[in-house]
Amino acid sequence: MLYVAIATRAFRRYSTYRAATIAGIFTNSVFGVIYSYAYLALWDENPTAGGYDATDAVTYVWLGQALLMTIALWGGGTTDDLAERIRTGDVAIDLYRPVGLVGWYLASDLGRAAYHFLTRGIGPTVIGLVVFDIRLPAGPAAAAGFAVSLVLAVVVSFTIRFLVASSAFWLLDQSGVKVMSGAFAIFFSGMMLPLVLFPGWLGTLANALPWASYIQVPADIWLGKHTGGDLLAALGFQVFWIVVLLGCCHAVLRAATRKVVVQGG
Amino acid sequence: MAEVSRVAETSRSPALGHLRTYGQIAWLWIRAAWQYPLSFVLLAIGNGLITGLDFVGLWIMFAHLDDLAGFTLPEVALLYGAGSLALGIADTAIGSVERIGTYVRTGRLDQMMTKPVPLLVQVCADQFTLRRLGRITQATIVFGWACTYVEWTPLRALVAVSMVLSGAVIFFGLFVGFSCIQFWTTDATEFANAFTYGGATVTQYPLSIFTREVVVALTLVVPVAFANWYPVLFILGREDPFGMPSWLQFASPVAALVTLVLALLVWRTGVRHYTSTGS
Repeated sequence: MLYVAIATRAFRRYSTYRAATIAGIFTNSVFGVIYSYAYLALWDENPTAGGYDATDAVTYVWLGQALLMTIALWGGGTTDDLAERIRTGDVAIDLYRPVGLVGWYLASDLGRAAYHFLTRGIGPTVIGLVVFDIRLPAGPAAAAGFAVSLVLAVVVSFTIRFLVASSAFWLLDQSGVKVMSGAFAIFFSGMMLPLVLFPGWLGTLANALPWASYIQVPADIWLGKHTGGDLLAALGFQVFWIVVLLGCCHAVLRAATRKVVVQGG
Repeated sequence: MAEVSRVAETSRSPALGHLRTYGQIAWLWIRAAWQYPLSFVLLAIGNGLITGLDFVGLWIMFAHLDDLAGFTLPEVALLYGAGSLALGIADTAIGSVERIGTYVRTGRLDQMMTKPVPLLVQVCADQFTLRRLGRITQATIVFGWACTYVEWTPLRALVAVSMVLSGAVIFFGLFVGFSCIQFWTTDATEFANAFTYGGATVTQYPLSIFTREVVVALTLVVPVAFANWYPVLFILGREDPFGMPSWLQFASPVAALVTLVLALLVWRTGVRHYTSTGS
């Protein structure tokens, strides 16, 4: 119940910036149009590239724009608050609380993600639907699978952002690590180009890394590329990374706590 | 501050004086950043990485293609390199102009207004950073590679030089002009990104992927077509796929000048409209 309260408040906090939300939807849509034209040119030349057809590709573009903020691809979200509190030392107070630090920030990030999904997720999707006639989920199973996969995507992204923010325990400033992490996220999530196009070993690598669960996995479920057992395997892939990365978060936090205590807070 | 104003007064031409002042402020920030060499290097590498992976994306596209809307990989690389180089130069020069909203909120802009140096010079030089050298380096490599595929003539070389310089001025104008939105609203700043970064993204592709209407808009409204598309058509000796008049291929310097003048006008209107938050 506590976590729901945290999430609700984070949702409300983000929903105060209305003009910024509209400006964001506009900008996402402009980029959606640019990439749609680029992908249409690509699939016009090679109509089966990566096992997608042209409509799949354009749908993928708009899903990417819709998920961009929801999964906080560039980093940021509520973990930025954490990094700032580490820098100022306020995190010492957070560590005293009878609520786990990871759970607290995860709940608040899910609240943020819910807001961004309802606005900056649905906004560009509707525009893509009207302007480029993108595909809707392949069926009820795909729709339900997409919903689950999206939540898992936010959690995977949260754990990585949490680790980036935690680097501030040692470096005081997360910005260098954040820039690096953002660069990898954009490339390996399939934001820049669908991972299905990545050739050979690069494709194998990209599809095995946690970033694949940001956009490629939910988008493929939406497009109906994963069905039945394959769908469960795709969700399992995301769960696997959540377990591994959450473990890392707790380990890093334990190491950091010792460090904070050593320094006397 | 006293020293800065003296330099500005004693210079023969005011524009040259502003440039010197800009250089002095920028030098201060370079020296400040160099106090943390590791951070400096990491951020430069990170920036180079982001733009580098950008080009890897294009390269992967071409693993599935012979040409993109009629353009081969070296030709697209020429477009990409020219656009990215121009953006990199402009991005280094404009510094903090994108953050004027923050300066308005914190009252920093009021401080700047009391100093005897033009506001735009101060804002652009503020927090000047060489970390964007990452993008310039990467763009130069791509551009240089693409250049080896071009059959050069003296006129083509001249157009290439004018392309990069004009492109930088065009991006400078776009960033300054659209950042002025922040004088009116500090909330909706992301609108500007659609035109500035959106315009920059467009220059990564041959404009033949778009429809004629889009290309007209990219010529007249957000004139990034002059930053690489038209001059590259001339350098490659290609027909304009949309049948646009061929003199446009030489018009980049004019387009750059017009963009710059308009941006400075918008800037002046914005500054006049500005009222302090009183903080």
